[in-house]
Amino acid sequence: MSTLIDLTAAAAAEGVRTGEIDPAELFEAYRARAAGDELNAFTWIADGPPSPGPARDAKLGGVPLAVKDLFCTEGVPSQAGSRILEGYRPPYTATVVAKLTEAGAPLLGKTNQDEFAMGSSNENSAFGPVLNPWDTSRVPGGSSGGSAAAVAAGLAPWAIGTDTGGSIRQPAALCGIVGLKPTYGACSRYGMIAFASSLDQAGPLTRDVTDAALLLSRMVGRDRRDSTSLEFPGEIALPRAEDLAGIRLGVPEELAGDGIEPGVLESFNATLKLAEGLGASIETCRLPHAPHALSAYYVIAPAEASSNLARFDGVRYGLRVDADDLTEMYSRTRAAGFGAEVKRRIMLGTYALSSGYYEAYYGTAQKVRTLISQDFKDAFAKFDFIATPTSPWTAFELGSKTADPYAMYLNDFCTVPMPLAGIPAISIPSGLSDGLPVGFQLAGPAFSENRLLDAAFALEGAIGFDGSGARR
Amino acid sequence: MTEWEPVIGVEIHVQLSTRTKMFCGCELSFGDPPNVHTCPVCLGLPGALPVLNARAVRHGILIGLALESEIAERSLFHRKNYFYPDLPKGYQISQYDVPLCRGGHLEDVRIHRVHLEEDAAKLVHLGESGRIHGSDRSIVDFNRGGTPLVEIVTEPDFRSAEQTRRWLILLRTTLKQLGVSDAKMEEGSLRCDANVSVRPAGSTTLGTKTELKNMNSFRFVERGIEAEIERQIALLEAGEKVEQETLHFDPRTERLTPLRSKEEAHDYRYFPEPDLVPLLVDAEMREGVRAELPELPAARAARFERELGLGAERAHELAFRAELADYFELTLAAAADTGGTSAPAGSTVANWMQQLVERIGADADPAESKVKPGALAALVSMVDAKEVGREAARDVLTRLVAEGGDPRAIVEAEGLGAMRADDAGVAELVDRAIAADPAAADKVREGNKKAIGPLVGAVMRESNGRADGGEVRELILARLLT
Repeated sequence: MSTLIDLTAAAAAEGVRTGEIDPAELFEAYRARAAGDELNAFTWIADGPPSPGPARDAKLGGVPLAVKDLFCTEGVPSQAGSRILEGYRPPYTATVVAKLTEAGAPLLGKTNQDEFAMGSSNENSAFGPVLNPWDTSRVPGGSSGGSAAAVAAGLAPWAIGTDTGGSIRQPAALCGIVGLKPTYGACSRYGMIAFASSLDQAGPLTRDVTDAALLLSRMVGRDRRDSTSLEFPGEIALPRAEDLAGIRLGVPEELAGDGIEPGVLESFNATLKLAEGLGASIETCRLPHAPHALSAYYVIAPAEASSNLARFDGVRYGLRVDADDLTEMYSRTRAAGFGAEVKRRIMLGTYALSSGYYEAYYGTAQKVRTLISQDFKDAFAKFDFIATPTSPWTAFELGSKTADPYAMYLNDFCTVPMPLAGIPAISIPSGLSDGLPVGFQLAGPAFSENRLLDAAFALEGAIGFDGSGARR
Repeated sequence: MTEWEPVIGVEIHVQLSTRTKMFCGCELSFGDPPNVHTCPVCLGLPGALPVLNARAVRHGILIGLALESEIAERSLFHRKNYFYPDLPKGYQISQYDVPLCRGGHLEDVRIHRVHLEEDAAKLVHLGESGRIHGSDRSIVDFNRGGTPLVEIVTEPDFRSAEQTRRWLILLRTTLKQLGVSDAKMEEGSLRCDANVSVRPAGSTTLGTKTELKNMNSFRFVERGIEAEIERQIALLEAGEKVEQETLHFDPRTERLTPLRSKEEAHDYRYFPEPDLVPLLVDAEMREGVRAELPELPAARAARFERELGLGAERAHELAFRAELADYFELTLAAAADTGGTSAPAGSTVANWMQQLVERIGADADPAESKVKPGALAALVSMVDAKEVGREAARDVLTRLVAEGGDPRAIVEAEGLGAMRADDAGVAELVDRAIAADPAAADKVREGNKKAIGPLVGAVMRESNGRADGGEVRELILARLLT
């Protein structure tokens, strides 16, 4: 059985296709491991493999998939980590999940997350924190912490999550796996319980780059139910690059110096050396407005969230706390249903959009957003990719940052500029620092996923990271 | 005494008669069981996203073109945020500072803007008040939620309630003619709010305005505005001030009551809807829609004057109410079908339309009466051919309105057919009338032609209106003067 678990998803899919692996057996192997989850990574686990099983030639080979709680899945709890949606079972399935199921990746379970994807440690879940499989006294990162922990711990072969300001890449980094945030619009958002609509993107969390490419290849595409989705130019191919010959890497001084933990910086610089060895040229560059990304993000994302979360009003679904009048019912329901961080962001966003403050906050933040996009455009005129550490630090102790929201927000320092610009970025494990994984981030221009995956694949080979330590 | 001048502007919400809702594929309905036309999108379920209805956009452009507005090449949707149970997402998707259409006019009233948005669901408040305050409970029907709406905002160009009502009827006609809406106020597919203020005549500054809501018929709009003008004048003449507020029109008492401030004090926190992309309308699309523009009321009235020789007033009366004009044109066509070149003139048919309207009620749609256009055409043709007298025909029309049917059959069954001058019966009636009123007959013989009236009247009466007045007159003159 352990041999099944040791296979990457792509290898397992190949085994199913050649008939060497029975997909039902594969499913059960993971289901059993997920059922024994001691990390609190799952909020719901399937009873068994779907019947009928996937077609023999299904591209994803029947390899079971862990899905972040906020993806709506018909008849299955989809709670976005919130008390206000406790027990909510939607009548429909998110486009991305439906596409993956159809391609042969049956639903293994739903994974824990920060409430409404608001958080960087998974401590904001109404269903308890997720533990980091490398050190269970530490956080797995967030908000897709359940997905990241499940994949790292071998409780799931692969998973999907969502990234708004780093919610795929940061937990991937802290758990020592691969996480990719696609170009905005590459994957349909239909059925994703929204945090910040102009930033949210679904993406894969996997053991290696090949798995990420394989999963992403079945996620992208225009969906007529999401007006902001776009046709992906061409197909996502499996990466093959063996070197980085001719690749120009820009290292922004704003995101790869001050505030980065020494161990993380060390691993980052070592990875740059490897890249150079593979033929890449490395040069310092500027993203002058990137330091303001966090401020802009923490206006735009809460503003959109304050509106997106208005639908949780106790009228139609989810939690309702009755009261004598309507306003009181609203306020009691939302007071009881939302956690502290969600309330904080609703307040921030409501304030930022209020009459008299809109221009100063939301208007200014949008201008900064435009400037950041321009920074990246300028950079990509000279460089193929931008390289930064994914997270300024490795996995931190549970509870160590919960009292200081700003310290928590700094987690996103290196990951927030990319979603503001709508561009893709991937985080791969670059090694361990004091026994904890470090993430290395590459960002490219819109729709450069294939090139990004190729570069990450070449680097991955050179790094030779061994994640089996987390799969106990 | 100060003379007061009312200043009125209106905001009209028009439900578009598309097949599906504004942002999802649910069908539009009226009168279906509650909550059957719903889906994740229009119920505001978590994760659902809006997709703009292309047909609704075309309808919006069509309205803008008919109102001679400028159609924006790029317009935006915004979220208007507020909590209410009829608003499942907690925001309404609407247009804000970059609407689809700007400017324009309909007749002499200027249009400020026209924009697209979605309708709220329908709330039913159980309990005596019929309003949310004091109700036992409220239930929501989401069938209506997400219906495409166009909001039309005029400039404050109205100076009376009557003018406002007449203009709204013209607007309704225009919308119906465009085929974009049923535009029925009673069913809520056309809704009107009015902003009312008064100022001393001759003043160019505006007084404090109030907003009137819930006037769900053209009459109520007129009465509501009238009542509000009176109220404001009374306040000002008493030395008091008009407060800026929203007033709710109660159709039962026809009184205006202020809405509780809680219901109106909103900061809507508008911001661009991130789930939709900007709406782009290029010249090709705009001109494609323009090619679909039907004949509008003003052009139709002009055509009635030009081609049918109707007087300006009659032409407008018909053309500015599409249901009348449509019925009129159907009747004309039916008359032409049977009568060919000897068919009655347009003005004759128009006169009989007037007769019909008097009988069915000024606000009624003749198409919904029991009189088919073909029946009216047949009746008018019979009058024209002198097969039935004018008086008798009016009675036949009254019967048609009450019972429907074929006018020729009624005329035959009731023996109402015209008595012609060569009919021995008419001669006999003339003789009898002369014998019965020798004094009048003498006056006529002496050259007082006015005295013939009672004699003709007697013959008409005796013939039950079947004789032709002109012919009877000629017969009497021939009898008495030769």
